[in-house]
Amino acid sequence: MSDEPQIRILLAKLGLDGHDRGLKVVARILRDAGMEVIYLGLRQTTDSIVAAAEQEDADAIGLSMHNAGHMTLAPAMVKAVNDAELDCPVIVGGIVPDQDVQPLLDAGVAVVLGPGASAEEVAQSVRDAVAAVNS
Amino acid sequence: MAAKRSIRELYVAARSGERRALGRLLTAVERGGPAADEISELAHPDSGTAHIVGITGSPGAGKSTLVGQLVSDLVAAGKKPAVLAVDPSSPLTGGAILGDRIRIEDGESEAFIRSMATRGHSGGLALAVPLAVRVFDAAGYDPVIIETVGVGQVEVDVVGAADTAVVVMTPGMGDAVQANKAGLLEVADVFVVNKADRPGANDVRRDLDLMLDLSHMTGQESETGYRPPIVMASALHGDGSADVWGAVEAHLAHLDDTGLRDGRRKHRMRTEVKARLEQAMSAAADQAMDSTVGAEWLDRAERADIAPTRATNELLALLLNTDLSNIDMQRNQELS
Repeated sequence: MSDEPQIRILLAKLGLDGHDRGLKVVARILRDAGMEVIYLGLRQTTDSIVAAAEQEDADAIGLSMHNAGHMTLAPAMVKAVNDAELDCPVIVGGIVPDQDVQPLLDAGVAVVLGPGASAEEVAQSVRDAVAAVNS
Repeated sequence: MAAKRSIRELYVAARSGERRALGRLLTAVERGGPAADEISELAHPDSGTAHIVGITGSPGAGKSTLVGQLVSDLVAAGKKPAVLAVDPSSPLTGGAILGDRIRIEDGESEAFIRSMATRGHSGGLALAVPLAVRVFDAAGYDPVIIETVGVGQVEVDVVGAADTAVVVMTPGMGDAVQANKAGLLEVADVFVVNKADRPGANDVRRDLDLMLDLSHMTGQESETGYRPPIVMASALHGDGSADVWGAVEAHLAHLDDTGLRDGRRKHRMRTEVKARLEQAMSAAADQAMDSTVGAEWLDRAERADIAPTRATNELLALLLNTDLSNIDMQRNQELS
């Protein structure tokens, strides 16, 4: 444990997407990396995530996407976060084809993590994304 | 991006209904230190009216589901409830999975729900919870519901210091005896037997009734003759939440009628000040151990020159900068 402020991250599935095993694995990875994970789980909306991020004063939002809706939903999430003036990076994990990664980053997503990402990589990219916003 | 605001600016914004500012304040409350002290100073005069309800029970008893149901009912009734959902941190990594929100579906409504991790040291919890409650109160939230797992003295203390303490039980867990062990029976103002649609629910109710009879026989019953009601509920199906809240409000009415609410308030204040004092003392103890004098006494104790009890007393006298016999005398007076 360090004296650094603890990172609080929201984890959610946005929209109609029932594949939450990956999200549960990531929740465990981030907890084991010393973070506080606020687990929202399935069937969230951009509004419900923004409301939770405000109340929880989250440092980051992690979305797990396995329904091929990422090109619509992820930018919508970024827009909702910006509209609410939250300093909250949006991190996307799950199944995102290679050619979609850059467009998502261009749309304001902080990081895109694929199925091959290691636990350390996942935790470090969250830390980096949070540090980038706070610097 | 929004500029960084001072604690006072955040406080004013939170009081005028800005939820993001309230979220920020609660983070400062959790971190403790001078910012938390400033929040305490600001919020103290503006608070004291909210009905504080503690809800506790074993993991999986259905606390969050029940709270979710209560919150829906309260919002529908035009109230503005706040929930502080406390979950344990991992003692190994300091991380935590805070999963209470998942059961509470009114995150976008007038309700304000905040998850809080115990952060390894439950002492911190004893400071953060009462201050967070005060901030909610000052921001106009009423009731303020604190949800904790009923394990550990601090968790029990926190719930016991509420105006109304609700203990949630379920069939099939040997709960009445377990709850007795955990010290929950003494603090409960309302019992809920959740999952009442399952077999064994009536056994739990009977066991509880028996325990309550015993407290009557052993003279532990409250002077006003208040007997905690046992409410059957099935929170997942939405059954019984209205009865639970009815019992909670009846208890508050009882406190008001008998003038006991001030007593609760006093008890709460005492619990908080004592916790703060203990934390300050603990910090002072760390300092003393790291000091040259501390190292000296430790050294002498290690060389078997003097007993550790003596080293402790010497350091304590030094810390309090006062005559030890004097302290012992005061302590004896307190005990007698």
